[in-house]
Amino acid sequence: MATRQNIAAIEAAALRSDRFRQEREPDWKRLELIVTRMEKGRLRRLSDADLLELPVLYRTVASSLSVARETSLDAATLAYLESLVQRAWFLVYGPRTTLWSWLRRFFGGEWSRSVRAIGPEILVALALMLAGTLIGWLLCAQDPDWFYAFVPTDLAGDRIPGATREALRAGLFGKTEEEGLSIFAASLFSHNSSVTILCFALGFAFGVPTLMLLVHNTTMLGALLWLYHGQELTYEIAGWLSIHGTTELFAILLSGAAGLHIGRSMAFPGDLPVIEAAARAGQRASVVMAGVVLMLLCAGLLEGLGRQLVDDTAQRLMIGGGMLVFWLTYFFAFRRVPQGSED
Amino acid sequence: MAAAKTARSDPARVLVTPEGIAMPLRLASRGSRFGALLLDLVFITIALVLVTLVLVGIASGTVPGGLDKLSEDGFKLPPALEFVVIVYILIAFLFRYGYFLAFELGPRGATPGKRLTGIRVAARGGGRLTTEMVLARNLIRDIEIMLPLGALLSLSSDEGLSKWPMAAWLLIFALFPFFNRDRLRAGDLIAGTWVVEAPKTKLEQVLSTSHSATSGTSTTTGASYKFGEEELAVYGEYELQTLERVLRENRHEALIAVHEAICRKLGWSPGAGDERAFLEAYYTQLRHRLESGMRMGKRKADKFAG
Repeated sequence: MATRQNIAAIEAAALRSDRFRQEREPDWKRLELIVTRMEKGRLRRLSDADLLELPVLYRTVASSLSVARETSLDAATLAYLESLVQRAWFLVYGPRTTLWSWLRRFFGGEWSRSVRAIGPEILVALALMLAGTLIGWLLCAQDPDWFYAFVPTDLAGDRIPGATREALRAGLFGKTEEEGLSIFAASLFSHNSSVTILCFALGFAFGVPTLMLLVHNTTMLGALLWLYHGQELTYEIAGWLSIHGTTELFAILLSGAAGLHIGRSMAFPGDLPVIEAAARAGQRASVVMAGVVLMLLCAGLLEGLGRQLVDDTAQRLMIGGGMLVFWLTYFFAFRRVPQGSED
Repeated sequence: MAAAKTARSDPARVLVTPEGIAMPLRLASRGSRFGALLLDLVFITIALVLVTLVLVGIASGTVPGGLDKLSEDGFKLPPALEFVVIVYILIAFLFRYGYFLAFELGPRGATPGKRLTGIRVAARGGGRLTTEMVLARNLIRDIEIMLPLGALLSLSSDEGLSKWPMAAWLLIFALFPFFNRDRLRAGDLIAGTWVVEAPKTKLEQVLSTSHSATSGTSTTTGASYKFGEEELAVYGEYELQTLERVLRENRHEALIAVHEAICRKLGWSPGAGDERAFLEAYYTQLRHRLESGMRMGKRKADKFAG
């Protein structure tokens, strides 16, 4: 039926270029239908035959376009073909992974490979965090007033210079009966993730704000350590901090390193144009960051639930140490190359 | 002059596909991108409000006597309510970071706001748009939108003056697309992406199938329109495509005006009542002439061309 109509129409058109169009129009319409369905995400309504036909039809229509550009002056048809070829091109050369296969690739080596790729920046970030801790400690040791500069008053609570050993110790233990722990964990996760994403994003300004953020946040850690050390609670505070801290501080370290990686690639792009170097660094760093958010989810659970429920320093240190060993092994010893590339 | 102006306002980047076909991509205008962002923020807000209402509804069901009674009991939440609060915190987090991510990873490479303004995300230079690119461009979004927004809001408060340098610094990020040729925002730069127009054009009718187009005669008056070589030689492709637009839009006044202009140019005296048939015939014969020239490798861009 369609063919008879087509033949009639082909006979009717006066121009050669319009006859060309009429002969190929069914293919164009078919591609348009497939593309529209795929764009709407209705893959299930497409048969396998349609999917297999997509690249074939795409090439057919693309060649129609190049012929039409040389032979036709019908602006509307040219515009239609250009838009159709563009839409099909985005699908044929579009993202080829499903979320599931991306995740498999991500955990199966891509994440750890990206972490290793920013190794130099990780060392720099680590040095900065250690320096920040040391500065916090030394300045407080010199003049206890510094403590108030590093630790915000609302966060410090009873934990201030001059507090008794019992008061300090009470902050570390005996919270197993407390309510709302999981809410605490969830909000910690949400808050920490925002901060680390910020830390990463600020790397864009050549990494300088990231450096400052890393040092600033660890001075608080140094100040707290100094405070508890003064009351001979070093072992206890180490346990209290490490159960989640090995994961959380590691995540902060990685986000800082990822930010620095971008900043460095823009300041010193090497042989590549800046814009190219920034794009490569950004893509690598974003894989690290996706992992950082997952690490913070772990850290949130460990801090909100684990630390409150595990009330013993030795056990806390074991969990914290275990997590650290796990992350280090996963990132640096697990050197599997992920299967299949996305390009 | 005019051509230079359109190129400035609407830069096209030509991309060559693996099949060797030049595909012009038009960069999305900053206006449509800003519009898309506003739409998306509105959608996120609406969704969050809806989620909040539903969860508050559920939450009040978990507390005997309603939520108001809760404060009297101190800070003890029933487990069901605790669960609701966790869900809320996680959903809010997902909306902030996941909304753009999930939609831009889809087959259309665009959030609902971008779809409505007809634009999409694409890999710069014509490669495949990868998950890593979409991740990168959306992680940077935080310092481009959320922080400047926060800074602007805090400016309206009393102690805002001291925050001016901070706000100015952050605005540099927000206004980044104005400082480069490809209209990249900071996230695009890092991700290796750009935002382009994604036109959806419908296939229009064939113009050369009507009676007056094929035979050159009018069905209403029976007049025959045959144009000679020199009568067709006065116009080029530009005029042809203007005429095509007039015929497709089919507005009566425009038809009359164009009909008159062409008749004057040809030295004919314009009649009335048969404009469309005349124009269809002229269009078809002019196009036939120009396309024949094209096949011979001879093109005439407009009426001024030789």
